[in-house]
Amino acid sequence: MLKFEGASRRYGDVIAVGSVDLEIAKGSFVALVGASGSGKSTLLKMVNTLEVPSAGKVLFAGDDVAAQPPAALRRRIGYVFQGIGLFPHLRVGENIAIGPRLAGETLSAERITELLELVELEGDMAGRMPDELSGGQRQRVGVARALAIEPELLLMDEPFGALDPITRDALGETVRELHERLGLTTIMVTHDMAEALLLADRVLVMEAGAIVADETPHALLAGKGGDTAQGLVAVPRQQAEKLAAMEASGPT
Amino acid sequence: MSEFLDILFGLGDKLTAHIVLAASAIGLGIAVALPLAVWASRSRNVARVALGFASLVQTIPALALLALFFPILLSLRAVFGEGLPTLGFLPALLALALYALLPILRNAVTAQANLDPGVLEAADGVGMTSWQKLRLVEAPLSAPFIMAGIRTASVWTIGAATLSTTIGQPSLGDPIFAGLQTQNWALVLAGCFASAALALIADNLLGLIERGLARRSKVMWGGGLIAVAAGIIAALSVQFGGEEEDTIIIASKQFSEQYILAQLIGSRLEAAGYAVEYRDGLGSAVVHNAVASSAIDISVDYTGTIWTNNLKRTDNPGRKTMYQTIKEWEAEENGVLVLGRLGFENAYAFAMREDRAAELGLTSLEDLVRVAPQLTVGGDPEFFERPEWIAVRDAYGMRFGQTRNFSPTFMYNALTSGEADVISAYTSDGRIAADRLVVLEDPREALPSYDAMLMISPRRANDAALIAVLEPLIGAISVDAMREANFAVDRQEDKLSPKEAADQLADNIGL
Repeated sequence: MLKFEGASRRYGDVIAVGSVDLEIAKGSFVALVGASGSGKSTLLKMVNTLEVPSAGKVLFAGDDVAAQPPAALRRRIGYVFQGIGLFPHLRVGENIAIGPRLAGETLSAERITELLELVELEGDMAGRMPDELSGGQRQRVGVARALAIEPELLLMDEPFGALDPITRDALGETVRELHERLGLTTIMVTHDMAEALLLADRVLVMEAGAIVADETPHALLAGKGGDTAQGLVAVPRQQAEKLAAMEASGPT
Repeated sequence: MSEFLDILFGLGDKLTAHIVLAASAIGLGIAVALPLAVWASRSRNVARVALGFASLVQTIPALALLALFFPILLSLRAVFGEGLPTLGFLPALLALALYALLPILRNAVTAQANLDPGVLEAADGVGMTSWQKLRLVEAPLSAPFIMAGIRTASVWTIGAATLSTTIGQPSLGDPIFAGLQTQNWALVLAGCFASAALALIADNLLGLIERGLARRSKVMWGGGLIAVAAGIIAALSVQFGGEEEDTIIIASKQFSEQYILAQLIGSRLEAAGYAVEYRDGLGSAVVHNAVASSAIDISVDYTGTIWTNNLKRTDNPGRKTMYQTIKEWEAEENGVLVLGRLGFENAYAFAMREDRAAELGLTSLEDLVRVAPQLTVGGDPEFFERPEWIAVRDAYGMRFGQTRNFSPTFMYNALTSGEADVISAYTSDGRIAADRLVVLEDPREALPSYDAMLMISPRRANDAALIAVLEPLIGAISVDAMREANFAVDRQEDKLSPKEAADQLADNIGL
């Protein structure tokens, strides 16, 4: 489905991503985890050419992404990111319909309602402006917009980063469920290892532009993947242990 | 008050000309600024150069910018041919459009720079081409800010368009300039009021469009747009409704005598069946070039002015030789026909209040040298740059304590109010007698003569019928008759309009 061949991205002397080789199978849910500046967002953006590799290439369904017209390529790939990026001057329905509109198609009102319901929003929300919605609702619209083009591949760049924990949890569940139901291939960038472990079926850990671990959630929890990966796994684990201990000891 | 209202309601054609000019200039400004802003948003260097240039233009006084387009267009005739207009609508349009550029450009560039990067990334992410991104995202999100820039530009342009009077484009500046020169405050007020009202209306309508765009209310911005378009279309239809062919265009500079003489000439031509148009209040340098390039047909100019400004001569060969030399030079150099001298001189002279001169015991410039270091001299804005002043200064060794510039009209007020002790007066000025001023003698003949001459453009130089109508004016106007007519316009009470004064002058000299 997706293949990175020696893909690198440099900014002058700074290496954001250094020669990554990677293959992602159709239907997988991959989480890219790492600290800020580890290169995970840059790697993700190489797929829809928002970042262009300085060396190497990225193949999508067998074709070099750099060789295709960017606009046409991006209309086949759903993209959701932290800034959400709803167009503030367009209604919710118009935002969802933008992808098909760019390709010259009109999305029916029924399909918009269906997409809104898919991300667990009311169908009558289509007529509202983005600034009338809560952060969680907006990000759900962002997901609906990405799904409107019936993408083969869904890219998510810290999609839930700005949301409160409850909303975040609920939206994570929704996305995982949609991934199963629609048979998507999903790549999600996150700095939250717990989120990666709970949602993905393959976790890639990045550090200084390189992939330092490539494991299943179970393998990571079993202690595999090396020091960096284990350092990231340790945080939610210790939190869970402390919480369990507090629960056991009762009120002090 | 009723005079003010009469004038105001008589401004219809000036108003429509003003609207057409301002709207065209803003339109041209928008047409240039918006593509430039898009380009600037894609290239930092373009942004720097474009904004730098627009800011630089802004530092040039509007009046100078308007005047600058005359030589520019004149030199462009080499490329576009003799038909290229050098005065009137075209230079006014170009100068004002250049002026309108900055606010529109700056707002558009700022709006683009301040667009939410997340939204722009989303536009790329959903697969917009750069044209779709511009049309669907950047333009609608920038629109309210761009509209604010257009609004600022419109208010400026409507105000600055009054200055286009000085380069021969009719506008609401006509009554303002004419009123300032003849101290007819009702005229000035009416012109200012009309242009301010126009600016306010435009500002409000464009404000409506701006708010409509910001609130995404089609009714609001659509309504505002329709109202603006309706105003412009109405002005256009009035402006270009009636076409007149073969109109004689008469110029006047910015003082009463010129207004009166233009009217005097115009009345004669109208009586002889010609269609006449006036270009009042032109800059002094502009008038000669305009006649030479046939942008206007008739003007009255002065020997001393042409001698120094155009022949670049500093010597003083005497009144008759100077006139003959100029007549030959004009025919040879420019094809301009100097039809003849009107009969009076409007020369520079130094004038003082009678009582003050008596008190100091002054009758001539030689006496003045002695006390000059204690005195303040007032002159029109160009006087202290002129060779006349330099000639006097050098011939007599004249050094004044203080030098001040006044517009010709205010110069006399300055003398009566004591803000100046001596002024550079004009010999045909009615206020010399009226204000009881004495003209100081010039025993060393440092000041050259200023015979008023009738100038005909090359286009009309061989028009025998036209010349026959104008011929009786030659040698017909004595300095006393001219002084009287000038004073009738310049005095505070019972003042006449230039047209009335011209009629009275015609009666006086038996024409």
